[in-house]
Formats: sequence, structure tokens, C-alpha cells
Amino acid sequence: MVPSRARRIEEVRTISFEFEGLAVQAQEGDSVAAALTAAGIVDLRDSPVSGAPRGIYCMMGACFDCLVEIDGQPNRQACMCEVREGLVVRRQQGRAELEL
Amino acid sequence: MSARSVDLLVIGAGPAGIAAATEAAGLGLSVSVMDEQSRPGGQIYRGIETASPKRLAVLGKDYAAGRSLTESFRSSAAEYLPDTLVWNIGSDRSVDFSRGGRAQQMNPSAILVATGALERPMPIPGWTLPGVTTAGALQILLKSSGIVRDNCVLAGAGPLLWLVATQMIAAGARPAAIVENLPRGRIVAGLRHLPGALRAREYLFKGLAMIARVKAAGVPVYANATGLAIEGSTQAEAITFSSGGRQHRIETDAIALHQGVVPNQQITRLVGAEHRWDAAQACFHPVLDARFRTSADSIYVAGDGAAINGARPAALQGRLAALLIAEDQGRRVGTERIRRLQAGIARDKSVRPMLETIYAPAPEILAPADSTLICRCEEVTAGEIRSVVDLGAPGPNQIKSMLRAGMGPCQGRVCGLAVAQIIADRKGETPEETGYYRIRPPIKPITLAELAAYAPDEDAPRAASGDAAA
Repeated sequence: MVPSRARRIEEVRTISFEFEGLAVQAQEGDSVAAALTAAGIVDLRDSPVSGAPRGIYCMMGACFDCLVEIDGQPNRQACMCEVREGLVVRRQQGRAELEL
Repeated sequence: MSARSVDLLVIGAGPAGIAAATEAAGLGLSVSVMDEQSRPGGQIYRGIETASPKRLAVLGKDYAAGRSLTESFRSSAAEYLPDTLVWNIGSDRSVDFSRGGRAQQMNPSAILVATGALERPMPIPGWTLPGVTTAGALQILLKSSGIVRDNCVLAGAGPLLWLVATQMIAAGARPAAIVENLPRGRIVAGLRHLPGALRAREYLFKGLAMIARVKAAGVPVYANATGLAIEGSTQAEAITFSSGGRQHRIETDAIALHQGVVPNQQITRLVGAEHRWDAAQACFHPVLDARFRTSADSIYVAGDGAAINGARPAALQGRLAALLIAEDQGRRVGTERIRRLQAGIARDKSVRPMLETIYAPAPEILAPADSTLICRCEEVTAGEIRSVVDLGAPGPNQIKSMLRAGMGPCQGRVCGLAVAQIIADRKGETPEETGYYRIRPPIKPITLAELAAYAPDEDAPRAASGDAAA
């Protein structure tokens, strides 16, 4: 198989954030989901039912498949959150715990 | 704190919404526009304000045309509330929304729903694997961030599939293949509507030019494909299908699916507006009168959320709806302007019967195999839905209670039409008889912190949200 490398057709201002402890380069205006896609990261969470891996699907806030934990807050739609310098993003595993 | 009143609240900042808001503000109405995105344009003009000249060139002139719409909207007197989620509308039209982490309320005299379209669910084996997206998602990556995926396989059918292919080629990321699941005979059937479609022939020329460009670029096109399935364990590894009498397997970790777009019903369902099943398009439409009014008092719909017609007529409909809403609110509006907008919409719509005949969803997509997942959130298969129907479940809401289909975070946005169709087919009735999920507030998940900060007007009559019967 020829891998489907994701890449950018132009460069703008670069910012950096963290995904699962790894530094990820993003560009201003990217959603978290877009930046992860450009970095070649497709596995964003485990389904809460079977534990199967999931990634981006609709990129427009409808499908909720790209749920991740952002700065400690679970259940964030990666496609609806704009990247900011220093964000800490983690894969979401199963159902989010409710902290009271 | 008292909730604000406005003459018109527009929900959605795509072409219909921003054209309507610009027009209504120009007529002197107080207008607010709420939208979940950070910038105006909707999905069709996503990223239009920030796109570089290179990105504009890749995406083409129909995309670039969106810029004049957003510019007029920005310079209008309409209030723009981006990053705003509408999560409830009461029977008194009180609108609950979240913005900046805080839930608030607004009381508009009229609401224009301009929430556009969603991609039709295309449930095939393996469609939940990472690496599989909608074709729209691929286009959003390009529009909003200038990101392309090389060697992508585009699978399904519809004008958007060809458009995305040409845009990927222009961006230097030629797709590995197009797997078109259009059933045989569709083009011939569509030609019956050619004379009418010639009124808006530029759409036909654009379509033919797109297909020619994809073929000229050397992209393999597999026609009349059936039995589409995606293989992979932790991510997509290959797509398999039959075409031309042979079984094919293309190795790829990037697959974009498309089977047309359908109206986004979440808000029109939430307000209890009447909907009708469109058998030809296999989707529901909110029932509207000639003035864009739903059956819910002073709630209007314009654009693809009413019926799929595309971006240009959506903007015309938005303008026309704004004029009619202003008239309904006692403003005087020029009849010549109304007539011209109506003529423009009718002209653009003339291409639809042909496109709808050719690109109606493939029968195998409407009748997935028993083992295929339908509800992605709760992982419910077609077979599970059918067996619960056999046990006597009458419709989608019982399937939801028994199997949790449609109860996950997407609240049926992705699976709803597929679930309704599977139930209807099993019972031998139309989805109109079967019905649809009851859409309840909040229509998207909100945090307890947002609710805790909620302080609607104490004196205002409360929303029907408490009316959670059945």
C-alpha cells in the first residue's frame, strides 16, 4: 500500500501543542482535528462500547467521533476546537469520567 | 438578568443565513446570527475569509464567490455571534444557547433556521475505522487548513465526490481511485429531465467538466461498483468492491465516503415542525409554505435545511425569506425584488430533477447487511435493529430505548435516516409512517458548568423543554 501521507499545500504561522505527550506542530486557525490529521495521527479515541479505535469522520461537528480530552476536559470535539499554543490533548478512552 | 429580544434570530452562518441576515438588517430589523463556527460561511464557504490566493485557486471560483457574501454580512448591522451553540428552543420561541462557556437565553420574534445539510449516512462494513471520513471532511480539511491526503480513495456517488476529486487534483494530491456506486441505468433515467435542466445548464457543464478533468488526470474510475466494504483492524487498510464483473481490492488507509447530502433536521424536529418523507431523495423535509414558514409559529427555514438545492439558491432563498419575514412583521417590501428572487431560485432549481434522479442513493446503501454498524456512537448493527422491529418495536424511538441507537453524543445526526429506513423496510411501510427520532434538548451535549451559569429571564414564560412527555 502507498500510505496516504497527509500534508499541507502552504505554510502559515506555526504553533505547537501536545498530543499524548508528543509535540505536534500546527498552524494558526487549525482545528485540533485538522492539526492531528496533518501530523499523520488518525487514531483519536477508543469507542466506549467495543473499545475500537476511532478517528475524524465528518469534520463539521455532527458525528462526535473525534472526541478527545483537551486541557483535562474530556468529550471535546477535536474538529470544533481551535488549536492554541501549549494545548494538552489526550486520546479519549471509553466513556469520559464525570468529575464532581 | 433579562433575556434579549430581537426581531429575527438566524441560526447558521452559511449562505442562506448570512444572506438573510444581511437583507433583514438592511430592512431595519434587529437581527442576530448564531453559529457554531468561529467564522461565517458555513461548510460550503468554510475558511473563505482566511483562505490564501493559492487555496482560492485550488478550490475554484464558485467557492471564491462566497467572499462577497461574508463581506456584505460583516458590513451589515446584523449582530454576529460565532462559537455559539443553540441547544433548545421553547414553544414560546425562547432560545437557549451557550457561548463562551455560559448558557444564556434570547427571545426573538421570528427564527430563521439556516442550518444547512449533513452528509447522508453511508453505512458499509468498516466505515467506522480511522482513516475513513466523509468526502465533505476531506474538503473541510482543504478549505479550512489547506490540508490534503495523498492517495485517497473516493467512494460513493454525487456531485460533491467529483468536486472534491478535482480540488484534490488541483492541490497536487491526485486521488488513488474513484469507486462510484451509481447503479446502472441512472444516467439514462436522468436524461429524461435534461430539457428542464438546460435552464440552468452551467451546472451541467460544470459537472461534465469535473468528470473530464478527473479522467484526464488519470484517476482510475470504477463504475457501477457494488458490495463496497472497508477492511482493516485498527485503521482502514483496503476497500473491496465489485465493478465491471470483477472483484477489486485497493489497498489504502484513506477513504472518503459520499452518498449525497440531506437536510439537517435537528432544529426543525426540536421545535416540533411537521416533516414529510421525500421518497425520491430518501430523506425528510420540513413542510414549508410559500413564505418559508414551518408549521411552528414564526419559525422559518431557508437553504439546504429545507431541501437540497445548493449554495447559490440557498443565498437567494435566504434573501427572499428575509423579505417575507419583514413583510410578516409589518414592513413594506418591494414586490419586484420578491419576484426576481423567486425567478432566480426557480431557475437554479430546474437542474435538481435530473441530479436527483441520477444521484438518488444506491439501494444497497439504504438496505445494509445485518452485520453492518448503523449507529456509530452506540455500535448498533442493522441486524439488531431488524430483530427488535420483529419483536414489535414500532419506530425509531423504541429502537432508541431498546438498543441505544441514536442515544449517543451525535443524537442520531449520522444514523437517523438509516435507522428510519431500515425499520420502514422491515415493516413494509414508508419512513413517513415510521417517523423519526424525537429530538430533545439539549440538541448537543453541554457541560454542567455551562448550565450552572445559566440565568434566563425569571419572568419569561418557560420553554417547552420541561414538557418531556412520552
